[in-house]
Amino acid sequence: MKTTSAIAPWNRRRFLQTFGGGLAVLWFLDDAHAQAESGRRGGRGGGGQRRPPELAAWLQIAADGTVTIFTGKAECGQNIRTSLTQVVAEELPAPLAAIKLVMGDTALTPWDAGTFGSRTTPDMAPQLRKVAATAREALVDLAAAAWQVDRVSLLAADGKIVHAASHRSVGFGELTKGEKLLVNVSDSAPTKPATAWKIAGTSLLKINGRDFVTGAHAYASDIARPGMWHGRVLRPAAFEATLVALDASAAAAMPGVKVVHEGNFIAVVALTEHLAAQAIAALRAEWKTTPQISERELFAHLRATARGAPPVTVESAATLRQTYTVAYIAHTPLEPRAAVAEWQGDALTVWTGSQRPFGVRTELAAALHVSEEKIRVIVPDTGSGYGGKHTGEAAVEAARLARAVGRPVKLVWTREEEFTWAYVRPAGVIDLASTATADGLVTAWEHHNYNSGSAGLRAPYEFPGQRTEYHPARSPLKQGSYRALAATANHFARETHLDEQARALRLDPLEFRLKNLRESRARAVLAAAAKRFGWNQTPRAPDRGCGLAYGLDKGGHLATFAEVAIDRATGKVSVVRVVQAFECGAVLNPAHLKNQNEGAIVQGLGAALFEAVRFENGRILNPHFAGYRVPRFSDTPVIDVLLLNRPDLPSAGAGEAPIIGIAPAVGNAIFDATGVRLRSLPLVPNGLKV
Amino acid sequence: MSNVTLLHVNGSARACDADAARPLLSVLRDDLALTGTKFGCGEGQCGACTVLVDGVPVRSCLTPCGSIGPQKITTIEGLARDGHLHALQEAFLANGAMQCAYCTSGMIMSGVALLAKNPHPSDEEIVRFMDGNICRCGVYQRILAAIKHAAAATNGGAK
Repeated sequence: MKTTSAIAPWNRRRFLQTFGGGLAVLWFLDDAHAQAESGRRGGRGGGGQRRPPELAAWLQIAADGTVTIFTGKAECGQNIRTSLTQVVAEELPAPLAAIKLVMGDTALTPWDAGTFGSRTTPDMAPQLRKVAATAREALVDLAAAAWQVDRVSLLAADGKIVHAASHRSVGFGELTKGEKLLVNVSDSAPTKPATAWKIAGTSLLKINGRDFVTGAHAYASDIARPGMWHGRVLRPAAFEATLVALDASAAAAMPGVKVVHEGNFIAVVALTEHLAAQAIAALRAEWKTTPQISERELFAHLRATARGAPPVTVESAATLRQTYTVAYIAHTPLEPRAAVAEWQGDALTVWTGSQRPFGVRTELAAALHVSEEKIRVIVPDTGSGYGGKHTGEAAVEAARLARAVGRPVKLVWTREEEFTWAYVRPAGVIDLASTATADGLVTAWEHHNYNSGSAGLRAPYEFPGQRTEYHPARSPLKQGSYRALAATANHFARETHLDEQARALRLDPLEFRLKNLRESRARAVLAAAAKRFGWNQTPRAPDRGCGLAYGLDKGGHLATFAEVAIDRATGKVSVVRVVQAFECGAVLNPAHLKNQNEGAIVQGLGAALFEAVRFENGRILNPHFAGYRVPRFSDTPVIDVLLLNRPDLPSAGAGEAPIIGIAPAVGNAIFDATGVRLRSLPLVPNGLKV
Repeated sequence: MSNVTLLHVNGSARACDADAARPLLSVLRDDLALTGTKFGCGEGQCGACTVLVDGVPVRSCLTPCGSIGPQKITTIEGLARDGHLHALQEAFLANGAMQCAYCTSGMIMSGVALLAKNPHPSDEEIVRFMDGNICRCGVYQRILAAIKHAAAATNGGAK
């Protein structure tokens, strides 16, 4: 299929005729493909786990010039609807207002593994760039044929193909007349380098922002369907509990209530949410519980159940060994799990908030014994996820209830359910041992992570022969993904340990790091942040302290500097100031990227200072905001984010990396202020005793 | 208690037929299709459900609809006038003061109440007044900037 031309890999011989004022947009790669294509339903939606090669699966241009882009990614607040629109507008090029993104709809968008791992910018953006470039080249070909001119004399600009020599131009929609462009997405259609971006790379505001400030946007939990009732599930008394007896008579007797009981699944469906809550309260259930690991036994349990856990082997007179721990934390997306399910015969439509629309479809198919082709999952722009919405629990429950009662059902988890029955970020134990020379060169490094994960395990420093291992263990709580996952735990341990080494060697913590870092991108973020922060330039006020951390995650280099204030009378630790420098290649939208940095710092502060899921014997002890503290306005420091744009480098994803530096920077700042070394997250759930 | 059959919302008298014990949030969302007001916790802890009742911010998730009577309710849908956004809505847009934006309705309603009471709040006053509203995406610094921006733009939100 490759041609020597850098422009068009498709076969232009099959390009059909022009007629009247317009064009029939039908051309084919080859006959076999043409037949396959004509037999597909739009080239979208169905199929296996691959990216469809057909352009029309990704992009269609209506007769009025509206460009519709299809992507399986989900918007959860990263503002990728905006940044991906910029990418397409840049590459076609077309006016921003002419571009509409259809996202996360399994019936309309190409299959996608899900929105996680900071993959949208490094992976989906280049894909859509290729899509737009392919479309542009196809449109140029159409215009060249229509006007009988050489295609090199044509230019695409602002939704039009222009022939400057004859002062002619034609809109994209006039060329396509709303027909699909029947070509495959080309790897060789030329794309603009970041250095030439005019629309991408700018701080375009959230593209559908008005819908959010007016309350017009419908999240999954806002969807209403005719005849819809409200569901509520009865949760067991503890994890792993089994039902012994159920008396549902009082609930079943309530007008406007139906009780659904299928094995251990007990739920009610009612005319209103309020009635559903009353009916759930009227159920009398008896559960058999079994003893389970509680929080005080957690870290010993993780070590005991870990696979391949050797003793730490670094040995030398100068060896520093320490153990660090991180607690389970909850994502607590402000929009809890929610779904609306509607059956039409044996076909199911579910609206839900999720990072994995296609994954939820697979879950639904398995749980309900329905083929995936009968299921449509629609994910409206969602009330956040942070790695916490990879699963489709509410979708499955709503679908079961809708089928049981024969009407559409909405199910919105309560905050207590979200805290208890979702999943948590893994807790972990980390052993570190290191050796360094007197002038600050690390000569041996060993890092063992029990349970929390392997992300960010390897030190991004020039440590010779470093040994790093992740030891999976048996978690007493259901655990799963979280923004940056274990990179937070591993960076906390590593960057705290480095601070300890620096102090032991009486070296400046910044200098010590720089001695062990050759990578120029790493040095650049440290230098930029140190300068802005005024590292070692401002005289320390009493009970103030400063700390720093360097990190590397998903290809983004991060330097975080924090200043804390300690109130010795009350034990209150306040983070007063944070400077963060971040370099993740070419920046697609500086304003939204800064927003991610700021938000990650605030979110990371919660886990750094006070967030922990408390649990005992199969029960969560703090399943409410009253008991599980999250950062608020009064916890927010002054945040200064420096973006080091590198248009010469590919864009790395950036939704996660900015969270990894704040915990060690704050912990190191607390040591700087007080001499107290804290090695467990959260650092000060009950304040600091000094 | 008899059912609630009338609520004054966003300048209109709205007919309904709701159990007086039902939370105002549920009646607004499910009966009157005003879904701009959000459910975040149902416990009065997060502020996502904030609406104004005679200008006072209340947590509609904990407010029985039977307690409202003839008082005037304002929701996020009632802020714009003749297609013109409220200054604080504009300021949220201009300052990019949102990510997932699920908290945004509640944030704006609380902010509108603050500016009505205190047209030129200091940073400390904003933090104190807004501390009951959670933004899990952590956009607080931008929300604070948006409130100050709106205060400056309208000489105290008096648009």
